[in-house]
Amino acid sequence: MKREVRRKTPEELLLECQAEEAAAKKGHLKIFLGYASGVGKSFRMLDEARRRRERGQDVVVGAIQPKVPPEIEPLLKNLEVIPLKRIDAGAAIDLDALIRRHPLVCFIDGLAYSNPPGLRNPTRWQDVQELLNAGIKVIASINIQYIAELQKDVEAITGKHVTETVPVSFIKSADEIEIVDAPPEEPVERPPDEQAEAHERDQRLSRLRELALVLAADVVDHQLNAYLECHGLKQQFGANERILVCITPRANMQEMMETAQIIAHRFHGELTVAYVNQPNISSEDQTALDARLAIANAAGAHIEILEGEDPADVLLDFARSRGITQLFVGHTQRRGLSRLWGSPIGKLIRDSRGMDVRVFPQ
Amino acid sequence: MGYAAGVGKTYKMLEEAHQLKAAGVDIVIGYFEPHGRQDTIAKSEGLETISRKTIDYRGSTFEEMDTDAILARHPQACVVDEFPHTNIPGSARGKRWEDVQVLLDAGIDVLTTMNIQHLESLNDQVWNISGVRVRETVPDWVVQQADEVVMVDLTPRALLHRLQRGVVYERGKAEQALQKFFRESTLVALRELALRQAAHEVEYRISNVTVQTRKHHKILVLITANPKTAMAIRRAKRIGDFLGAECFAVTVQPSGDLSGLPEVDREAVERHLNFARNLHIETRILEGEDVASAVVDFGRRNQITQIFVTRPRGWSSLPALTRDPVQRIIGLAKDMQIVIVSDREPAAQ
Repeated sequence: MKREVRRKTPEELLLECQAEEAAAKKGHLKIFLGYASGVGKSFRMLDEARRRRERGQDVVVGAIQPKVPPEIEPLLKNLEVIPLKRIDAGAAIDLDALIRRHPLVCFIDGLAYSNPPGLRNPTRWQDVQELLNAGIKVIASINIQYIAELQKDVEAITGKHVTETVPVSFIKSADEIEIVDAPPEEPVERPPDEQAEAHERDQRLSRLRELALVLAADVVDHQLNAYLECHGLKQQFGANERILVCITPRANMQEMMETAQIIAHRFHGELTVAYVNQPNISSEDQTALDARLAIANAAGAHIEILEGEDPADVLLDFARSRGITQLFVGHTQRRGLSRLWGSPIGKLIRDSRGMDVRVFPQ
Repeated sequence: MGYAAGVGKTYKMLEEAHQLKAAGVDIVIGYFEPHGRQDTIAKSEGLETISRKTIDYRGSTFEEMDTDAILARHPQACVVDEFPHTNIPGSARGKRWEDVQVLLDAGIDVLTTMNIQHLESLNDQVWNISGVRVRETVPDWVVQQADEVVMVDLTPRALLHRLQRGVVYERGKAEQALQKFFRESTLVALRELALRQAAHEVEYRISNVTVQTRKHHKILVLITANPKTAMAIRRAKRIGDFLGAECFAVTVQPSGDLSGLPEVDREAVERHLNFARNLHIETRILEGEDVASAVVDFGRRNQITQIFVTRPRGWSSLPALTRDPVQRIIGLAKDMQIVIVSDREPAAQ
């Protein structure tokens, strides 16, 4: 099955992408991501406001935190702040005032707030979306604790449940993300009983910090792929480890999955399990295959059923298109060496440029 | 840790030095590379600086960090810029990171800077991403010794703006830099590598992280004269570090030493063995006529679970005549995983 498609020139693709971007969103969103309060996000962000203002940009602060740390006060003194609108028990950014004022850049310190009832949008990030739609560039800050999809992980670490969250898709839609990283505070001399507590706190913070770094890396990975696609670039950089486990009905699934899972976990990488459909397989093989796919599914791997005549070609094409860095394959002993290089595995090893091939005994 | 020149590593480090000084820590600047950047130079003011040492080499004068002077001054903490720097020949030690080890051994705390490009185990990936073969590298175990690794982040767009404004390099040099490391796609990819490495460094330092594994992994790398061996060593070490697995490297020689090899091959094997040792991999020379069976035997006796090899050069479909050990290792190692390490060559730009 061959399709003839005229490949677009890079210039055409670029124009197309730019148009899509412009249509999808008018304003530009930049996010400062931190892993805890007190790492200096607000300072870094408002210091950027100061620098932009000094360079002559029209800059406005649309939201500040309820408690302003002392090092931020001097920065705020020289910035135009549009205060939050107070409604009954709560407060929200003054959307109408900001849109009327229409600055070049609006700074929002703290993205994860729910609005009091009765307003157009239930949450602040939706207000920010409106600012972006109005063509205002927004620079905002958020802590990792408030990412909706990470709630389970965060709760497991902190034991705390937060109700005000922002979906990760909004974070990924940002044009730029910058992580504000700092190790947990220097340990100070404490009495032994407090020492243990401080140590635990540091461990908790370190786990949050790791989560934040990985999220930032994932957002950057997303941007990299978008950039490459946009510019019609085919290369894969392998900055993220992506494992493809190629299975057959007789694959040594347990060992392959165990190794794949631990490597994916330790590298914060991605795990995909692929099977190339074979015609006329026995019902016995079908049952074995289904059991293996169920294991892959339970392990949380992406599953791909591929079609094509030559399994090795199909797998390699798929692997290249997904930027796979490690290919896991089984090697059937029974058939012996004589079949190895004429077999799909031999071809995989030969043609898998840019990917490691890990051969498992079956 | 940063991902490119100009992201603000030195600035951030000096800022922390000021904070430490304000908190009463006796801190000095041991080495600082201003690169003509005004903000950074301003940040170095108010901190005591140890004068550099001048070294004459081939009729020119070079300046290096004066480790002895820092030791004599013996502050509590010391700022040392550009951790991966190679010292000029004639210096007491070859690398600045070795000078830093001396300071640490003397009980002096050190704050230092480096970019992700200089981490040894990522050398091939960086080559693939940027087309640049970085020569000044720091072994991963040296970085692992650090008590903290902090990511100094800046978006590539902001960095490119800085570069265009002439903040990072003087003009001319900036244009040259724009060609290689400073392509946007390269910067984005390097930044992703740095973020992932920083996450790993954090995880590594969380003491009680344990992932349930039924199998304890142990890695073996096969060393030959093949120039791709360095790639296999780096990859094996990187995977090993992430899995918390021990790593061995072996070469197989009929005589049990390297004397039987032609000079070119002997030098290559020696270089690879040294390279492995510098990365803290234990090395052995195995005696044996048949590479594959010697490797697999060693693997069995030492509970090796994974063997890393380079891609075989030839692809014989006639196994009886096949001489490539990799093909035979796959056939013989019934209880081990075999990893054929990819050639990571620069992506076409």
